[in-house]
Amino acid sequence: MSVVVEAKRLSRTFGGLAAVDAVSLDLRLGEVHAVIGTNGAGKSTLVNLLSGELPLTSGEIRFGDDDITGWSQPRRARAGIGRSYQRTTIFDSFSVLENCRLSAQAALQRPWQVWQSAQRCAGSREVAAQALQAAGLADRADRIAGTLSHGQKRQLEIAMCLATKPRVLLLDEPLAGMGAEETERMLALLQSLKAGHAILLIEHDMDAVFRIADRITVMVNGAVIASDAPQRIREHPQVVTAYLGEAHS
Amino acid sequence: MDFATFLVQCLNAVQYGLLLFLVASGLTLIFGIMGVINLAHGSFYMIGAYLAFALAPYFVDQFVLMLLVGTLLAAVFGFVLEWLFFSFLYQREHLQQVLMTYALILVFEESRSLLLGNDVHGVQPPAWLAGSIALGELMSYPVYRLFASAACLAIAALLYLVVNRTRLGMMVRAGASNRDMVRGLGIDIRLLYRGVFAAGVALAALAGMIAAPMSSVYPGMGGSVLIVSFVIVVIGGIGSITGALVASLLVGFVDTFGKVFFAELSGIGIYLLMAIVLVWRPEGLMRRGH
Amino acid sequence: MVIAWSRWLPLVAPLALLLALALLPAVLSPYLMDLTVKILISAIFALSLQLLVGTTGLVSLGHAAFLGIGAYVTVLASPQGEGASLWWLLPAAMAGAAAYALFVGALSLRTRGVYFIMVTLAFAQMAYFVFHDTRLGGGSDGIYLYVRPVLRLGDTTLLDLENKRQVYGLVLASLAFTWGLLALLLRSRFGHALQGIRVNEARMRAVGFRTYGYKLAAFVIAGALAGLAGALFAIQDGVVNPELLSWHESGAVLLMIILGGLGPLRGAIVGAVAFTLLKELFASEGLVGPLAAHWQMTLGFTIIAFVALLPRGIVGIRLRRGAA
Repeated sequence: MSVVVEAKRLSRTFGGLAAVDAVSLDLRLGEVHAVIGTNGAGKSTLVNLLSGELPLTSGEIRFGDDDITGWSQPRRARAGIGRSYQRTTIFDSFSVLENCRLSAQAALQRPWQVWQSAQRCAGSREVAAQALQAAGLADRADRIAGTLSHGQKRQLEIAMCLATKPRVLLLDEPLAGMGAEETERMLALLQSLKAGHAILLIEHDMDAVFRIADRITVMVNGAVIASDAPQRIREHPQVVTAYLGEAHS
Repeated sequence: MDFATFLVQCLNAVQYGLLLFLVASGLTLIFGIMGVINLAHGSFYMIGAYLAFALAPYFVDQFVLMLLVGTLLAAVFGFVLEWLFFSFLYQREHLQQVLMTYALILVFEESRSLLLGNDVHGVQPPAWLAGSIALGELMSYPVYRLFASAACLAIAALLYLVVNRTRLGMMVRAGASNRDMVRGLGIDIRLLYRGVFAAGVALAALAGMIAAPMSSVYPGMGGSVLIVSFVIVVIGGIGSITGALVASLLVGFVDTFGKVFFAELSGIGIYLLMAIVLVWRPEGLMRRGH
Repeated sequence: MVIAWSRWLPLVAPLALLLALALLPAVLSPYLMDLTVKILISAIFALSLQLLVGTTGLVSLGHAAFLGIGAYVTVLASPQGEGASLWWLLPAAMAGAAAYALFVGALSLRTRGVYFIMVTLAFAQMAYFVFHDTRLGGGSDGIYLYVRPVLRLGDTTLLDLENKRQVYGLVLASLAFTWGLLALLLRSRFGHALQGIRVNEARMRAVGFRTYGYKLAAFVIAGALAGLAGALFAIQDGVVNPELLSWHESGAVLLMIILGGLGPLRGAIVGAVAFTLLKELFASEGLVGPLAAHWQMTLGFTIIAFVALLPRGIVGIRLRRGAA
């Protein structure tokens, strides 16, 4: 499987504290690479470094043939790196369709064409409809996003990410706050997305992670302590003591 | 420019900067800790100056006492104002805070107009601070300005000590970064905020009182000092006392020497300074880790 | 057959209003016509700020700088002996305001939130000082527009702006232009992106919008339209002074859009009308007696009560009733 994103020795320090310490990982097409760790392990910071929201203190990120280390977040997004947020980051006052349509518009920006109505932009509407269909929200297209249930909002998070037609998905705790049924739906969605995308998954729900991940990286205090196939991670002595032991007690 | 003139201008710059620091420190504390943008802060300066004018006849030969009484009155006023008005602004969006405090300026200006009129007034410095001391053979420097600088410096030092070296100061700084933690420690955050606000008002009013004998007392004085204070807070960074001090002195020098070298365009000097800082370090000179 | 009122109302209502305004001079006294022109110019000014604050979420407290620059350019570029040609004078005024908006926007948009508010205020004050302190602006007394501009096509004079009715016509046409332009912008991809930035800028960046560029464009357009309002003000009044750039003017226009309703374009217009009428009301001795001299205090208390009780403005009241 081809490597789409290669991150080499990423570090991010705040003052004297290393939130992320020389973390290397790669994301491959058709694969879910999960990153787990206790709170404060640096997982969200890692996602922010990959998405471009935080600048690196040191390290390098390659996306395909390009060195994207210095690229801004919008530039990375247009190149094909999409993300969803741990805290739902949607446009609550807009309709569900408009949420996705606006996201899709990012790829079709033509701001100088002021005489054209945005709502009637066929290109963005079509991509938005497809994204909503994939995320299972097609029948709620006209609802105001703020009125959706928590689980549906999380689905919208993913849909907006999909509307940018990314190759890479950086998903920060997509299952956060979801009940059993919603979790099943989301996992089915993620499974269906595997084929065409390289997915980074930050999650706390261990059952879900072990079900869907092809590789797991474990972080403790900003550094990687193990990175391997799920079965081997389960038996890894350091991981068991540092993390799984706590979660299962 | 000969040395004596240079020295005089430096002294003026420092004196102006330190006076501005008193006003700006209150503004930056109130913003940094309570998250409120207060357009009426300049009005407190104006109120202090008019207070000096109003109290002067009752405190002849007791200048320092007048300053203390005035500061106390201002602190009480600030305490009540926070309780009745500002405490309701903390949860509101910035736009609403801007409008409410702008409306407050209108109310203050008109109240002053009703109570004390719109005339320009002078306040005499006390006899023991009047006159000048000689600097070299040709120049002299007003004693009162030296007093003003010394007083502001003393207050600045006191402020630094309280904020950085006392338990109260620690609570204040903690309140700025983590309100819930402060509440969890059992400290009544409402009282803390009220105290900080009162202190900010008192500082601005005291600055106005100290400034009165130098710059005269006139209706528009609140507005000009407010905007300069904003520039200082932008340059120095919100919530930073040290930043406010550095920025105030910078502004003092740019403004004073600007007047000497660029007469007509001197007014824009500090804004150009702000523009340069924005290009170089948009988050302010004292970068605060977020 | 059902007439889809809701679809056509947004287009018909403004046109009807503009038509009514066009017919108004026939019945108005000179004083009232003057007042109406002032309101219409304020409406253009308020609309320009609505693009910044209501649409994009950028709270600027220095918008009067662009109004003032538009006004000053108009006066300074007009020759003393004869009327300048409106063909280039209006664009020049707008370009001057837009140029300063580009400078201020480029720098202030490097900041956010409260810093942005303070920086825009400071840059407006800087412009104020340029006109107040230097000979350029004629100092605190201001300068006069000796001969008003004209609009000529070949040998025919289309608009002679010494005629008050023609000034009215020009202002009304400018309002229609501004309103129409902004309505078009809001409907377009650009406008939708601006609204997205207001609601959630982080998400906009995450999907690939370079938000700085959009915000700067909005800032410059808003500045140019404010410059238009300023030019019209100079033409109407015949005199400009530095107080046009004061932060009281900036505060007033912000009040207008809050009063009318933040967001919808008609909110800016309703706000301009309401604010001007309120000021007239509070300052009129016939209506409020001895309070008239202290109208600022009355205004102050009214604002406080208003912001506390009606955060969505006048337009918001109607919306709520309808939606319930």
